[in-house]
Amino acid sequence: MIDFYLNGQRQQCADIPPDTSVLELLRLQLGKNGTKEGCASGDCGACTVSIGQPNDQGGLSYHNANACIIPAHQIKDCHLVTVEGLARGDALHPAQAAMVDCHASQCGFCTPGIVMSLFTLHHSQQTQPAPLTQQRLEAALGGNLCRCTGYRPIRDAALTMQDHPDTHPIWADDPDLASNVQSLYSDATKKGTSSRINESPGRFDSPKDIATLRELRRQRPEARLVAGATDLWLEVTQQLKPLDDLIDLRRVVELNIIDETPEGWWVGAAVTYSRLEPLLAEHFAAFGHLMHRFASSQIRNRATLGGNIANASPIGDCPPVLLALDARLMLDGPNGAREMPVADFFLDYRKTALNAEEGEFIRAIFLPRPETDQHLKVWKLSKRREDDISVVLGAFAWRMENGVMRDVHLAFGGMAAIPRRAPGAEAALEGQAPTEAAFGAARSALRNEFQPLSDVRGSSEYRLVAASNLLERLRLSLDADFNTNAEVCLDAYAH
Amino acid sequence: MRTLTDVSLDSAKARREQKNHNKGDGPLARDTMDAAHEHSSRHARTHAYAHESAIKHVTGRAAYIDDMPAPADALHIALGLSPVAHGRLTRLDLEKVKRAPGVVDVITVVDVPGHTDVGPVFPGDPLFVDDEISYVGQTLFAVAATSYKAARLAVKEAVIEIDEHSASLDAVAAAEANDVVRPTHVQQRGDWQQALEDAPHVLEAEQFVGGQEHFYLEGQACLVTPSEDEGVVVYTSNQHPSETQKLVAEVLDVPFHAVVVETRRMGGGFGGKETQASPWACIAALIARRTGRAARLRLPRAEDTRATGKRHPFHNRYRLGFDDQGVIQGGDIIVIGDCGYSPDLSEAIVDRAMFHADNAYSLGDARVTGIRARTHTASNTAFRGFGGPQGMMIIEAAMDDIARQVGEDPLTVRKRNLYRAGRDVTHYGQTVNQHGLIAEIVERVERSSDYWQRRRAISEYNAKSPIIKKGLSLTPVKFGISFTAKHLNQAGALLHVYTDGSVMINHGGTEMGQGLHTKICQVAARELGLDLEQVRISATRTDKVPNTSPTAASSGADLNGMAARDAASKLRERLFDFAANHYELDREDMRLENGELIAGHGEGERRIAWGELVQAAYLERISLSAKGFYATPLIHYDRATGSGRPFYYFAHGAAVSEVEVDTLSGEYRITRVDILHDVGDSLNPAIDMGQVEGGFIQGMGWLTSEELKWNDKGRLISDGPSTYKIPAFGDLPPVFNVELLQGHPNSQASIYRSKAVGEPPLMLGISVWSALRDALASLVDYRYCPRLDTPATPERVLMATEALRNPAPSETSAVEASDESV
Repeated sequence: MIDFYLNGQRQQCADIPPDTSVLELLRLQLGKNGTKEGCASGDCGACTVSIGQPNDQGGLSYHNANACIIPAHQIKDCHLVTVEGLARGDALHPAQAAMVDCHASQCGFCTPGIVMSLFTLHHSQQTQPAPLTQQRLEAALGGNLCRCTGYRPIRDAALTMQDHPDTHPIWADDPDLASNVQSLYSDATKKGTSSRINESPGRFDSPKDIATLRELRRQRPEARLVAGATDLWLEVTQQLKPLDDLIDLRRVVELNIIDETPEGWWVGAAVTYSRLEPLLAEHFAAFGHLMHRFASSQIRNRATLGGNIANASPIGDCPPVLLALDARLMLDGPNGAREMPVADFFLDYRKTALNAEEGEFIRAIFLPRPETDQHLKVWKLSKRREDDISVVLGAFAWRMENGVMRDVHLAFGGMAAIPRRAPGAEAALEGQAPTEAAFGAARSALRNEFQPLSDVRGSSEYRLVAASNLLERLRLSLDADFNTNAEVCLDAYAH
Repeated sequence: MRTLTDVSLDSAKARREQKNHNKGDGPLARDTMDAAHEHSSRHARTHAYAHESAIKHVTGRAAYIDDMPAPADALHIALGLSPVAHGRLTRLDLEKVKRAPGVVDVITVVDVPGHTDVGPVFPGDPLFVDDEISYVGQTLFAVAATSYKAARLAVKEAVIEIDEHSASLDAVAAAEANDVVRPTHVQQRGDWQQALEDAPHVLEAEQFVGGQEHFYLEGQACLVTPSEDEGVVVYTSNQHPSETQKLVAEVLDVPFHAVVVETRRMGGGFGGKETQASPWACIAALIARRTGRAARLRLPRAEDTRATGKRHPFHNRYRLGFDDQGVIQGGDIIVIGDCGYSPDLSEAIVDRAMFHADNAYSLGDARVTGIRARTHTASNTAFRGFGGPQGMMIIEAAMDDIARQVGEDPLTVRKRNLYRAGRDVTHYGQTVNQHGLIAEIVERVERSSDYWQRRRAISEYNAKSPIIKKGLSLTPVKFGISFTAKHLNQAGALLHVYTDGSVMINHGGTEMGQGLHTKICQVAARELGLDLEQVRISATRTDKVPNTSPTAASSGADLNGMAARDAASKLRERLFDFAANHYELDREDMRLENGELIAGHGEGERRIAWGELVQAAYLERISLSAKGFYATPLIHYDRATGSGRPFYYFAHGAAVSEVEVDTLSGEYRITRVDILHDVGDSLNPAIDMGQVEGGFIQGMGWLTSEELKWNDKGRLISDGPSTYKIPAFGDLPPVFNVELLQGHPNSQASIYRSKAVGEPPLMLGISVWSALRDALASLVDYRYCPRLDTPATPERVLMATEALRNPAPSETSAVEASDESV
């Protein structure tokens, strides 16, 4: 049973197969056709919906997400808002009115998704007003592709919607909505839920704590783990693979904790990027900045750090940064927990140290507290600045000690079958002042220790040149004379 | 007036308020439309109506094909597509497909009762592969099942055996081998060889201009229901309903009148649904007729991207002679279009590339050759600009190259080469009658963008900045308006007035977001003196207006607007005749204004409300329905001589783009864009502004981040938005000043002296590419301009940078041709 609120109305949908998406639930089961399918891969934003979940203030906080890759069973106990749920009769919501006034729809197919991203932004402006900087607008709208307008009128709509009469959706009149959602939510969180789907073989379990999770893993090690589903769900929509036995990590309390210790932070594997962002921004500025270029807000609201690691893609954005930071992993499972450095986790292309047969899973990721003299640079290269996958990502950490570089960590994504460090280049810099000679040696070493692939995102030669040039960028950024007189890289890509 | 909106005190206030919202941020894109001012007295402003579906768009009530209700027993179709690019289909065993859960019908080429070739103009496009496979993604069979998922899963059960042959994927090699889909065409004016011999300087260079995926957000989709006779009703996301009607009828082997095709709106078209929406309708029609059930077909994004053609990639070459001032004397241009496996529209597309190989410049005595190369890829097709943009790229490359050669700023050389008195005839013989306007537009945007001041600032900046280099470029656009296939330049309209006074107008054009229906309603309302709300369009239907042309070539409003005007004015004149007689009014000077018929002036003035007039006419048995027709005058083109006047007129514009490039990484940003664009007297400035801005960004995407990549087996590997990157929100330039040229009505008698606006602005995006080259040229002190193929991805920019820093002789761009080679 999927029990949730849709545009203020309680919905209970029974016998929904586990591999159903929220978009399919809306369009095929509930006849709500306003939400569109543009790509069914979470890349275009046409299916954007807004999801309300209880917050600490007793209200609901809304985030935007791609309905095409959200498992329908994960919408349980949430308030799902779609484009049909905004206008109050003929009175348009400010997000809608501004879009009309700014002539911001042409073909209109992306428009419902854009309206929902604007609604989400508008709602957060109502509850926590903040300047609509370019960065904020990009975060709000970077995951919504529009092929017609060129975005200028959409930007204008985002900037002017606050000036429109604040027409609330009808459901916002319901004083009990938040508490109703809250009680659905806490009931479920207390119990955990298990859905056996009657009509088709299939299970979708949402365990509430790690003990239950371990037990489920022991019973069904072959069941797939799902958290944000932002990559897993492409197996359904793109490859039509059946996913009929799923264990949801999003309700497991222990996997959702950020635990601060004097040495650093244990980040639960199911913590989303959106939750992680403030921590990263405060303590790892370059890592935090990467978040602005990591997929889209729709994805960051769902995707998890644990997923990015378990996925073991050679072009995942975070693994190189974790390598540079000497992060550690806590693996857990029916046979107990163990710790390992992230560096030992990636074995080969999409092959990890996780013992999946025995039901092991990633429990948490440890980010060591940066030392005061530690420096971190993270540079991502991609065809498009927003919502693109790295062609090369370089993450560089080091300390400066009496003018020489120490503990040099140079990690790269997109350069090998796994994200990995460049020991030769690191050795060339270790204990050296950041001179042209030292970096020249590092660049030579780098070219010898990677043989990157050519693929749709870039050629081998480009990857080598670009990775090597990122080391040159690093050198220039350490060169005070250069740095004060000229720019090392474009503002939009800085950090 | 810099933009749509006057910079009045109020809007300045509005701007300040927005700046507060936007604190700490860069300048706003441009003045925002101020709702309170929307209906100010300015004439232009009064036409800035919202899109007719705007409210439906934002509330999710606008229905696209997959949103339409269908009977509960409707079938869903999935396609079996070829996994290889070239070969012979030796075995297609569909037994397991037929037995898969939910499957109702499976069809292949043997199940087609009528035509099996659905080539739109020339044959060559089999509906299903019979024997020879010509590209990855070609349709082998279709499955109809009770759900979309069941149909897609069943497809995977097919046993397919193919005798695979090597695929031809190199258009240049194909051109050299004369492997072409249509014969080569040549346009020639004067003695180009002599001109090259006599010219003080000769340069030659080549370029690759990449293709472009349409990436309409709504993929190809249709819903077909069987009708009670032998035909079908087709609901389709489609730019050319009449052609789909024809092809469906031919495939079913039924008369055309058995097929009705309806298109209410598309979720984007851009040319991709001109010819390539039809095959799916044909397949769904077959299923609907065979099963007697409604049939839906929509392509999943990756299949859509593989199965359908794109903007043609082009390989272009020039050899041009010019004087010391950089003024072209003549030369030779070759454009090779990569057509894919079949003709589709490539005849006309490569023609249009040839027609635009001059852009806004006189080529002098020149020859332009267009080659239509065949490769084993999807059949490339119409895409906004229709070959024109690819043709322009070669002359804009030449402008930059020539400027470096003669040591001048590229803008100076561009201005010297613009069409002007004495140099006003194109290489295909058409006189450019508004050449003064091109010069004016260029000079105005040169001033409004502070081109020269910024040029100096950029030179100073670049001299001091070793890594980040800035670039600036102004490029003009002159784009020919009319279908070059003369017969397509016709349109019809059907106008009904109902007895409550409400008006329904239908016409042959389709709505794909460009605001055509809004403009047509405006035309009818204006002719009948009514509020826009009183006029509505239902949908484009082949049983309302027959034998229509595609909504393409930017001609939608030009052609259908005139037809609608014809219909409305016929009805108006009929009502005037009626009123003169019925009310005994003076027929002279009768007019329809603000919902009234007005006759006479001053004391003798009589006013009759529209509703009353319509009622009276109805009771007196006056027809309240009229049809209209239009055919563009004056145009002609003779392919035998390669000359004529193919275009009714030209639309113009110019853009100045500034970029900054990181020469270590190849990353770049577009920091400022200034555009001035000519739409004649705008029919709707808000909609036209949307076309200009959206066209520019789409053109920018084509030349920068949108990269089509095939593997060496001919499989498209950039087959979705995760690998094919259209511009995103943050790619909008922080400063984006866009202005519609005021006070220059069309010199030709187009609809209210407006100009077509769909395609021309796309080519304003060329300024971004040229600015990137400008930034790179700074690395060699502007001695030459590096070759920069497109899309100019960060990879291409970085590799061009590396080549400039470590030059090998072959890496430079244009080379001065030796005497012997001339």
